[in-house]
Amino acid sequence: MQMQPDPLSTVFGALADPTRRAILARLADGGDLTVGELARPFAMSQPAISRHLKVLEGAGLISRRRRQTARLSHLEGEGLRQAAVWLVRYQDYWDESHARLDALLARLQADPMAPRLENGDATTGKRKP
Amino acid sequence: MSKTEISAPAGVPFIDVTREFDAPRDLVFQAYTDPKLVVQWLGPRKYEMVLDTWEPRAGGSWRYVHTDGEHEWGFHGVFHGDLSPDGMVQTFEFEGAPGHVSLDRLTLEDRDGRTIARTHSVFQTVEARDAMVEHGMAEGMNDGFDRLDELLARLATPV
Repeated sequence: MQMQPDPLSTVFGALADPTRRAILARLADGGDLTVGELARPFAMSQPAISRHLKVLEGAGLISRRRRQTARLSHLEGEGLRQAAVWLVRYQDYWDESHARLDALLARLQADPMAPRLENGDATTGKRKP
Repeated sequence: MSKTEISAPAGVPFIDVTREFDAPRDLVFQAYTDPKLVVQWLGPRKYEMVLDTWEPRAGGSWRYVHTDGEHEWGFHGVFHGDLSPDGMVQTFEFEGAPGHVSLDRLTLEDRDGRTIARTHSVFQTVEARDAMVEHGMAEGMNDGFDRLDELLARLATPV
């Protein structure tokens, strides 16, 4: 059974390649560029760069439009922003959550009779002594 | 300080998360089940945590949302069976990937007044598991992270 990749997986797949990240960085610096302009700093043919552009376009990270005979690539910042804010790794998520839980457990134990909440409300006091 | 250990062995759709806490088992269980306590620790500090629904009983639902004020990430599921420190079973679904549901079981073990919390998560496929733990992504992006950070910082600044 083949599942359709979700949009974020497509974005992460597109970002997983250093050439494609470099292309995005150049578009962020230099505005809209043609395939030839994008290929210049890389030891790579224009067709190879075009294949990378296609992946980036498929992930919604860039859009392409024609200006006379040239085809310009344009950075779509929103796609990248969406991915960026989801760049919380599973490990980081739990590391940080558990560190906060450590602190909460320490607070609860420091005042075992009446655990206080951050907002000052008392808990329901169900905890055993 | 204790460290969160995450294991995601190749070829099987499991994630195991293990963490030791310097607190008695009942208190850790309360922190995992009492909604007033759950909101105080679950999730990254930089996101606001909104507990939509939290019914810690057999058949009860849960849903929470992490938000940065602009974007929201919702998660929801159902509790199965009676909840106790010996077993807290729930389904888990990230609303950004609907249909990819994992089945999680938390067990709390007393160790001389300290508590070992273990979560065993079972995904439907190894691929779905990998997507959650972001193995390939994290490794593939390491070398380019600095560059990407700069890029994102520029994108975050309105022109």
